[in-house]
This record gives sequence, C-alpha cells and structure tokens, in this order.
Amino acid sequence: MDVSRIGSLPAAFLNPGTSSFTEFLRQYSPELLPGNRLPAGADPGGLAPHGTTIVATTFTGGVVMSGDRRATSGNVIAQRDIEKVFQADEYSAVGIAGSAGIATEIVRLFQLELEHYEKIEGTVLSLEGKANRLSHMIRGNLGLAMQGFVVVPLFAGFDRGFEGGRIFSYDATGGRYEEHQFYSVGSGSYFARGALKKLYRDDLTVDDAIAVTIQALYDAADDDSATGGPDLQRHIYPIVAVVDGDGFRKRDEAAVAEIVESVVSSRNTRPDGPVAPLR
Amino acid sequence: MQFGYVSPEQIMKDRADYARKGIARGRSVIVIQYAGGILFAAESPSPSLHKISEIYDRIAFAAVGKYNEFENLRQAGVRLADLRGYSFDRVDVSGRALANVYAQTLGTIFTQDPKPYEVELVVAEVGQTLDEDQIYRITYDGSVAADSGFSVMGGAAEQVGRYVSEHFTSGASLDGSLRLAVDALGRDTDEPRQLATASLEVAVLDRERPRRTFRRITQPMLDSLLDRGASEAGSDGTGD
Repeated sequence: MDVSRIGSLPAAFLNPGTSSFTEFLRQYSPELLPGNRLPAGADPGGLAPHGTTIVATTFTGGVVMSGDRRATSGNVIAQRDIEKVFQADEYSAVGIAGSAGIATEIVRLFQLELEHYEKIEGTVLSLEGKANRLSHMIRGNLGLAMQGFVVVPLFAGFDRGFEGGRIFSYDATGGRYEEHQFYSVGSGSYFARGALKKLYRDDLTVDDAIAVTIQALYDAADDDSATGGPDLQRHIYPIVAVVDGDGFRKRDEAAVAEIVESVVSSRNTRPDGPVAPLR
Repeated sequence: MQFGYVSPEQIMKDRADYARKGIARGRSVIVIQYAGGILFAAESPSPSLHKISEIYDRIAFAAVGKYNEFENLRQAGVRLADLRGYSFDRVDVSGRALANVYAQTLGTIFTQDPKPYEVELVVAEVGQTLDEDQIYRITYDGSVAADSGFSVMGGAAEQVGRYVSEHFTSGASLDGSLRLAVDALGRDTDEPRQLATASLEVAVLDRERPRRTFRRITQPMLDSLLDRGASEAGSDGTGD
C-alpha cells in the first residue's frame, strides 16, 4: 500500500479497536513490519553487521544504560560510531545487540508503538506494559532469529510506582526477565558482567553509575574483539543514557569524554582496572 | 423513506442543515496563534473526553460536534501520521496532507453515507516561525479553509469568533492569548460568563520544544497564567 497516495481514509483507519500500531500495521500494511520482506529459507550469514555490547546499572533513583559504538561484519569493523542505545519514551531507554538492521527497525517500531499508544489512549503504558510490548515484538522476530538475524534488546526505565530504575533483559524467543541492580547483553556481555559484579554497590550516584558502565565496557572491549573500546583519537565515546525521575536524557559527549579519559588514564597504571577488596 | 422526486439541491441542503444543527449544540473551541506557537482552548465538561489532541510532532487536532465521530477521525489521523512517519521520516508528516485526507473523507461521507458526520475539525501545524504556522478548518461537508491567526468552531462560533477578531493581535504572548480565548469562550451567550479553569481544556503546540511540541496546560498552570487564585478556580489540579 503506497502511503503517499492515500486520498480518503481507508476503512482500516476508521475501524475502532486497536491502540497498538504494530497490530494496525499487521492488518493494513504488513510489508512494513520488520523482517516481513525477507524470504524464508534464505541463508543470510554475514549479510548484516552485528551490534555488540550494552550495559545497564541502577543507581539511587534511576538507571544508566551505556553502549559501545562498534558494529562488526565477521572480522571486519562495519561501523565505528553506531548508536545502539535509544530513548524509548519519556521514561525509558532501550539498547540493542544483534543484527543491526533488524534491531534498529525493531527499536523504531517500539518507540512508535509507545508513542502511538500514548496518543490514541491519552495515557502512558506502565513500565511493565512497555517491557511486555517489547517482548511481543522480539517474539515476532523469532523466525528471523532462527535464520541468523538475532536481536537481543535490553530495556530499562524509571518506574514511577517504585521510584527507581528497573532493568529487563530478553532472549531471542521474546522471554522477558527482570534483572536486579545491573545487566549486560551482547558479545562482550560476559566480560562486562564480571566487571559490573565487582564494581556495583548500593549507594551509587549517577556519575558513579556512569563510571561503572564505562569500566564494564572497557573490560568488554579488552577481551571481546567485537566490542569497541573508547576511540580517543577519533573522539568516539560510548553512548550513555540516564533515566530517572526527570525522565530520559542522553549524557552529552563532553561529560562522557571526561569520565572516559579518567578511566583510560587510570588503566595506564593498572590495565586490568580497579582492584576490588578481597573480603 | 422519501417518495417521489427530491432535487439534489434539497438533499444536500437537508443534510447540511442536519449536520449544522448537530454541531451547533456543542460548546465552542478556539484555535489561536501566539508568539510561541498555537494555543487550543475549549470548554469541556469532561476532563478525559478530549476535544483537543496531539496528532504528531508539530500537528494537533481540535474538534466539535459528535464525540464518537470526531474521535474516530482523530484516531485515524494518528494512525495515518504515524504510518507516514514510519514509512518515510518524521519530517515528512504534514498538516496539509492530513487536512486533505480529512476533507476527502468527510466529503465522501457527506455525499454517500446515510447520515453526514456532525463534526467540524481543525488541523493545526506549528512552523519554525509565526508565518509558517498553518491552521486548517474542515467542515462536515469536506470544505477546507486555511485560517490565518485564529479559528473558532462550534455552537456560537459566529459570536465567539467576532469577539476574538475584535481583540486579536498577531504575535501576542501566551497568557494574553489564553485570556482572550477564555474570555471569548464565555461570550457564547448574551450574558458573558466567567469560565472556571476546571471546565477548560487547554493545550499548545510549543514552537520551541524539540520533537513532540504538543503539551496540555493543566489546571494549576492555567490558574497561574490567568492570575486566578485557587479559591476562584475550585476543584483539584489534576491533568495529564
């Protein structure tokens, strides 16, 4: 259906009912859904670049999510400055690892899904509701995931009832799991999670929490070739998003650069990062 | 059931009269430009059944008439705008295109459906500057008018509109325009009324806001913009 040639509103638009944009798209214009244009049975190995590591950690009153900037295609660096952490809506953020093209399309649809619901219903979804919507969308991608286009998001937001940040992780089948304190997804996530475990504490401030995520990403890049470390020569730093009671905001580059530089310079003296107490 | 010959003129006239009567029963809605954007004001007995709503980043919708009919059109407009933005880009969603689609739809319904829609709509798009703002008014039969400065619809549109045109100045402040709109809404009867802020539905398309420019002005802020004390306003200050 060519959207630019709609004259009078087709019946599908005027049918009362769904407040889900995805549902509407499925009825009216299914070819626009992520993945619906790909033939079944094709072997797409190496067709699209992969995004890598996303980390998130809660702090007192909110949550921080950071992502490295690398996309890889096999052993080649496909992009040095890809953005993988996005604003989902006023009070939530979503980061993605996996097949970059499908993942960004799912994020775009997810953002629109939340906005569409808000406009149609005149009210915002609960944080759990948003997390479940994302779960449905990832499940819808299962066919593609089985062909190699796996998308694994990380969702985090500020819960107004709970007055704090919450983190949700997903598997390729759409399974949704609430994570406590911190979590990481993507190819470097094992290394990042190790760092998060040692660096997380209950009384983190927002700046501490950002430093924790930068340290974790550094460790991921240290041991995983698909995760990009901070690129000081090109001034490419991780994307850092903060969600708290004042809503979502992206940390500006200058502020992130400052933290990154302090992390990198401390690694000059101790390349493996800060020492955690033994007991 | 009609028997015998009825001239097309008569059929159209009957339908128009029917639609106009339905629209005239409701309270008025005012859409008015101010320096920082476009202001929407309506007298609304219900805080949740909106006459004014967000369609897209820089586009809003206001309507009078039969609620189920304009709500239906509003949702269709949100779907169309979101679909266009999703298939192209957010900047490719325009108020003009939406006004055209509404006009086509209402025109078809007016001539072909058993009953015309008893609605009148405004689709307004806030531009980067005052001159780029667009206000389209679409009537029950699908006619479109591009209004400059302000637009008034509903029951006493003529009376209220006259008051607005007498006092309207281009590029006025937000509180000045709001005061004018609220005064004008109270002039729908021969005896001017003062409307309680609790019965007002007010929103703006704020030129300076990034991305989604639509913002509802809730009661506490209305009171402060109108310089009214809490005692005058009554009721609590909830809104979304």
